[in-house]
Amino acid sequence: MGTLIAVMRRDFTLAIRAGGGFGLPLVFFVSVIAVAPFAIGPDLVLLSRIGPALLWIAALLSTLIGLDRLFGQDAEDGSLDLLLTTPSPLALIVLAKAAAHWIATGLPLAVAAPLLGLMLNLPPETLGTVALTLLVGTPTLTLLGAVGAALTVGLKRGGLLLPVLVLPLTVPVLIFGVGATAGIAGGGGFGPSFTLLLAVMLGSLVLGPLAAAAALKASQA
Amino acid sequence: MIALANPARFSAIAEKILPWLAGATAVLFAIGLWQGFFVAPADYQQGETVRIMFIHVPSAWLSMFGWTMMSIASLGVLVWRHPLADVAAQAAAPLGAAFTLIALVTGSLWGRPMWGTWWVWDARLTSVLVLFLMYLGVMALRAALDEPSRAAKLVAILTLVGFVNIPIVKFSVDWWNTLHQGASVFRVDGPTIHPAILVPLLINALAFTLLFLTLHLLLMRTELMRRRLRGLRLRAAESGA
Repeated sequence: MGTLIAVMRRDFTLAIRAGGGFGLPLVFFVSVIAVAPFAIGPDLVLLSRIGPALLWIAALLSTLIGLDRLFGQDAEDGSLDLLLTTPSPLALIVLAKAAAHWIATGLPLAVAAPLLGLMLNLPPETLGTVALTLLVGTPTLTLLGAVGAALTVGLKRGGLLLPVLVLPLTVPVLIFGVGATAGIAGGGGFGPSFTLLLAVMLGSLVLGPLAAAAALKASQA
Repeated sequence: MIALANPARFSAIAEKILPWLAGATAVLFAIGLWQGFFVAPADYQQGETVRIMFIHVPSAWLSMFGWTMMSIASLGVLVWRHPLADVAAQAAAPLGAAFTLIALVTGSLWGRPMWGTWWVWDARLTSVLVLFLMYLGVMALRAALDEPSRAAKLVAILTLVGFVNIPIVKFSVDWWNTLHQGASVFRVDGPTIHPAILVPLLINALAFTLLFLTLHLLLMRTELMRRRLRGLRLRAAESGA
């Protein structure tokens, strides 16, 4: 447990202080939302209708762009080899790293979403649900992304491969996330979709770190 | 199975089986396509376009068959660490992708006259498209890794993650939106297709499956030769240096 907290703290500190990458996913998130009305038009009625979907797509893309940092720097400076030799289960270390990564990159998106939603003219009750679904959805995306990040960690040109591998895995998250927000998914309302979103999160909470740990072991061997 | 697991013995057996398998495939295709295109009646609603189904439905089945085969082979890679299992997984990927593409294209050709559009964002179509993208992802990951033993394990992990994910994608898009008809062959209360169309469909399905197996064996044999060649070249380079 001590190891895990230490790994989390180290990763979080590195994410904030080193390399100047902190906050970039959030800036990217805001940029995507800012560009969207130029493509769609400034029609506030339309924007308020597709707003939740826009926020979700922007969050998905922002999560994807930071994923190579999850293991990439550790692989470069050799600390990943040290983590692989620690007695703690590797899956739990992956979980700790993913948690730190999410707090630094995913959580700010969920927090900023209501503000951007306001700019997209979302009704007040939707603002809360968008933030809530993103709060559950972004850790799921990070956990699924951890698998892709672990698979491509040894690659020189893994940059584009990573999103190509991860995007198909994120379809259910997107569907249930947007479904819960909009309550229009034919399934009816917030409850069922949100419960399923939670189910996907719990599933990836177990399977994501296990698969990522297996991939890390295989790619370092 | 254990006896087959020796690559040299596998190649020898594959050599013997292949002509028969290819022959059976050709005969079944001749019967199936002739039945499908000339004997089976046109549908009262769909007209002649129903004949697209004789290609579309078997391809769609094989698109799922391909991933299942890759997943079983991946288990072989991760659990028994057998090189032949990786060869099987590698050979199945492009085949699965090809049949998935055939299913998508023929479905689109059928959709134009029937639904009035080349493409709809319907559950079945979307999940098959996602499946196609995942095939491409598996192939891209293998292409990006230089070291064969590492590639084998990583691709196997991705394949198994996909195997868990595909039913979830399928379920979630069904929830999301559906227009494609439900299952009409494998049902608890029996098939809802008239025998005049069902029989040629099943013959074609068998022909396509045999085609898949023939090509799979052929690709596996080619890949085994390629790997042996690479091994020989490496050894030659080492002894030369």
